[in-house]
Amino acid sequence: MGITLEDYRDVTPPGTVDFLRRLARSVEGKRMLHVNSTRYGGGVAEILHRLVPMFEELGVKARWEVMAGSDAFYRTTKGFHNALQGTIQHITADMYEAYLACNRENAQRLDLEADVVMIHDPQPAPLIDARKLGAKWIWRCHIDLSTPQRSVWQFLRPYVVRYDAAIVSLPKFAQRLPIPQFLIYPSIDPLSDKNRELSVEEIDRILHRLGVPRDKPILLQVSRFDRFKDPVGVVEAYRLVKKSHDCRLVLAGGTAVDDPEGAEVLAEVQTAVGTDPDVHLLLLPPTANLEINALQRAATIVFQKSTREGFGLTVAEALWKGKPVIGGQTGGITVQLIPGVTGFTVHSPEGAAFYTKRLLNEPDLMTAIGRQGREYARHRFLITRHLQDYLGMMIHLSQAA
Amino acid sequence: MNNRARAPFRFIGCMELREILGVRAHDEQRLLELIEEVPSGSIHYHTHSYFLRHAYLQGRYPNDFATWVAVHVQDPILGERLAAIDPFDYEDLQALRTDIAGIIAEHLSHMKTIPRVVAGEPFEFVRSHVIEVDLGVEAWTLKEFRDGLEGVEAGAIYNHVCEARMRKGRVSGDFASWLLAKEGLDMPELAEQVMKVGRLGLGLEGVRERIVRLCDQALVAR
Repeated sequence: MGITLEDYRDVTPPGTVDFLRRLARSVEGKRMLHVNSTRYGGGVAEILHRLVPMFEELGVKARWEVMAGSDAFYRTTKGFHNALQGTIQHITADMYEAYLACNRENAQRLDLEADVVMIHDPQPAPLIDARKLGAKWIWRCHIDLSTPQRSVWQFLRPYVVRYDAAIVSLPKFAQRLPIPQFLIYPSIDPLSDKNRELSVEEIDRILHRLGVPRDKPILLQVSRFDRFKDPVGVVEAYRLVKKSHDCRLVLAGGTAVDDPEGAEVLAEVQTAVGTDPDVHLLLLPPTANLEINALQRAATIVFQKSTREGFGLTVAEALWKGKPVIGGQTGGITVQLIPGVTGFTVHSPEGAAFYTKRLLNEPDLMTAIGRQGREYARHRFLITRHLQDYLGMMIHLSQAA
Repeated sequence: MNNRARAPFRFIGCMELREILGVRAHDEQRLLELIEEVPSGSIHYHTHSYFLRHAYLQGRYPNDFATWVAVHVQDPILGERLAAIDPFDYEDLQALRTDIAGIIAEHLSHMKTIPRVVAGEPFEFVRSHVIEVDLGVEAWTLKEFRDGLEGVEAGAIYNHVCEARMRKGRVSGDFASWLLAKEGLDMPELAEQVMKVGRLGLGLEGVRERIVRLCDQALVAR
């Protein structure tokens, strides 16, 4: 039997499940449709797999449609994705036309009949052309729109302004738009393989398989090998700590096959690491959820030392596992880390090293911060809060109508 | 004192939907200007919703303005002065807005340069839409009230303490009002103690714990 809402009762704050059931009464029977561009892979699909059944359990008639597109379409939207996140791309007129044609085909193919339609990210944004009278359409943007390539945003904007509302994950991702823009943080699923409880035996077995001994404190960063994640800065911080405290560093992440910069950054990290046997570079596939879970649970301190970050849900994952987190003072990390309470925010490898040493020297502080971080994540970054926000959005839009 | 109220207390929970206003400040002067301009709902959000967002854990300071100048602008003096503002001292948002603006203006009058964000995030103005939900939990006796309070989600505490006070003008808060009322439990001493809990600067879970404890003491005293 699958996971039900009741299974969340033990991991969410008191009264949460009852509150959700009461809240959902005002939208019971409403038809809600989610549309995105992939059924598997990526954070959006991962969260929809769990959210849609939760909506159904609450009496909302939820459906999920996935766009179909050619390779050319996905190459174009990958370009859009990068451009909107601030990396300059060359998008040709033909590519724009192929993108719109694909959306027109999908508008014919997909069943878009619903009371509330939530369109996820830029790929299906032009489906708004197929909107039926009376339906409420929401554009849910999961990506960092803070410094978009203007030409691409100007192309997309005329579609976005025709929605009833937009949702972004951080205030700084909001754009100048004539429609209301709401703030909904992403979330983690405490019952998924990436976040569920693991036994000591499971953790030991997985770390053994990954070749990471548990003989000394483990410092961990889970992230792509991307300059904005500053993996070389993490190695520098580790070296400073290592002068006085014996420890291991694990850098776990992947590089996308279509990301030449990733390979370059990985090479820089390998050079920085040299032959240090206490540093472990783990290239993991996107499906390595249990491995990430075990590494986070085995870690003593978790880093997310980004110099630029979208939301940075790896922070919430680590907080949920009761780990103190040291993160860069940027993006969503600043929302998740309350300095001295759930972790520390820093601006340099030296800052990261300073707080790492302090935490290693003060196990009681580490325990207290870990406990507080877990409670903070419980209240603010679990999927039940995400579900609550989406229900609130449906209620608000129906009241506005 | 009534052992059983003539009118029950109904627990109403709430959640807030946050709307981004699309205006942001990179320095304290702009922060001041925007504090004077934004809708009062935004002042409410940045000074009160903190309690809902930090139900279990308190942040560095109990309002967003103080936290931003202290953490992102790294101006601890203004941060401390803004942190000392107690929103429960105010009966309307305009007076609260005026005092916050006054503190910032006074602080800036002593500065040679305007403090601004160097290595942090700008201040983003947000307002909230509160959605209320009847939780279907009602109390006729002190024991039922205590048990109800212990089990409801934290939004109900926010709704009956913070929202009741500032947005609905029920200055004593709903819990104290019902405990005091003749058709409630008619317990003026307990009502007075409960009202004071709202002024302690606790998080919502702290408020819950204190009021439950006060109820337990009153139940034992009976």
